[in-house]
Amino acid sequence: MELLSFGDQGWGDEMFRAAFTTLLLSVSAMLLGLLIGTLGAAAKLANSLALRAVGGTYTTIVRGIPELLIIYLLFFGGSGAAMSVARVFGYTGYIELNAFAIGTLAIGFISGAYSTEVLRGAFLAVPRGQIEAAKACGMSGLLLFRRIMFPQVARYALPGIGNVWQLTLKDTALISVTGLVEIMRQANVAAGSTRSPFIFFLAAAVIYLALTTASNQGFHRAENWAGRGVRRPAAGTT
Amino acid sequence: MNLQLMWESAPRLLGGTALTVQLVLLSLLLGFVLAIAIALMRLSGIRTLSSFASAYVFVFRGTPLLVQIFLIYFGLAQFEAVRESIAWIVLREPFWAAIIALTLNTGAYTSEIFRGGIQAVPYGEIEAAKACGMSRLMSYRRIILPLALRQALPAYGNEMILMVKASSLASTITLLEITGIARSIIARTYSPVEVFIVAGVIYLAINFAITLFVQRMEHRLTPYLHRA
Repeated sequence: MELLSFGDQGWGDEMFRAAFTTLLLSVSAMLLGLLIGTLGAAAKLANSLALRAVGGTYTTIVRGIPELLIIYLLFFGGSGAAMSVARVFGYTGYIELNAFAIGTLAIGFISGAYSTEVLRGAFLAVPRGQIEAAKACGMSGLLLFRRIMFPQVARYALPGIGNVWQLTLKDTALISVTGLVEIMRQANVAAGSTRSPFIFFLAAAVIYLALTTASNQGFHRAENWAGRGVRRPAAGTT
Repeated sequence: MNLQLMWESAPRLLGGTALTVQLVLLSLLLGFVLAIAIALMRLSGIRTLSSFASAYVFVFRGTPLLVQIFLIYFGLAQFEAVRESIAWIVLREPFWAAIIALTLNTGAYTSEIFRGGIQAVPYGEIEAAKACGMSRLMSYRRIILPLALRQALPAYGNEMILMVKASSLASTITLLEITGIARSIIARTYSPVEVFIVAGVIYLAINFAITLFVQRMEHRLTPYLHRA
């Protein structure tokens, strides 16, 4: 147990900092994923056949290929891609992308595919009559989005987004293969130097469990809050 | 784009397919049995059994698969008692450690799918089985489980695809399945894009085959929905 204490003797503070990195990586990847997801959902719902094909290919490929393979692609290929872009602008030096940036890109790219599907479903759940009514009231596209679409899409998407968040949080463990010191990597290092792998991987499991449980509760509250104006059948009638 | 490299790495990556398929099939099979047991425990109404089942599902769905694999493969080896026990013959092999981790993981997710399926069986059918004088065991065997499994089939198809993707994590404990081989080729040639495309196509083909298989099963199991 003293292995997990804080201070010079134990690994408690290192694990705590690693947990913070995991959380930061998950949040930034989730936000990037939501941005990609919004664009992806717009593409999949577009009139243009080309845009729909792009959206469909993206979600099919990302959801059908292992996350680890996508991470390797960006880990080994990310710097190369950045360098060839830089070469166009006349810079020929070596560029190394930071591990956190690669992690955010890779996990965000994966998370975005799932967010695309969630947001697409939520968008389709808004009754068409409301959109027609808003147009009939003379709302412009932007006003219609802000007043009618956004509040409702956000509410319908919330449970699905909660699931995507859980996936994203757990997927960040895979970023440990790139050397970024998040929970798994830190547990691995500590396990190697103390020869107590069981304790550290168990500690990692407990931290993940705490993070997923706490965020689950948070999403539950958010769902209740977002649905506070929605009429539901009284308890016991269904 | 180096077509030569893609052409050369294809047979090696295809060689890894056998291990990927083995990992997936074996852990799906074992996980299926485990999932039915866990789902029945959860719905048994016996407090100790159902709380054990919920705790198991909670832990395995709430932590990343990578932690589970490392705990089983690296973690258990910490204990002298494990290394001297008979279980060590199995646990020291990365293949079996991966199978155990994947089985326990899919067992947790699948038990929830089956629980939903069992709860979706109309109560009238269970009453009818009782009225015919079927025992609890027989009504499960003849009525409840077949209906529940059919109901659960589409969701179970998704779980199968998730398992194909999950099997790639076996490469982190030295197994050379498709992703493991892809990683080693990339590390040697530094051509991530080419290798990614070839390995990605293999994975997509496997998952496409699963999708088709599940669709055909669904079609066969629901003849009343499309009688000519």
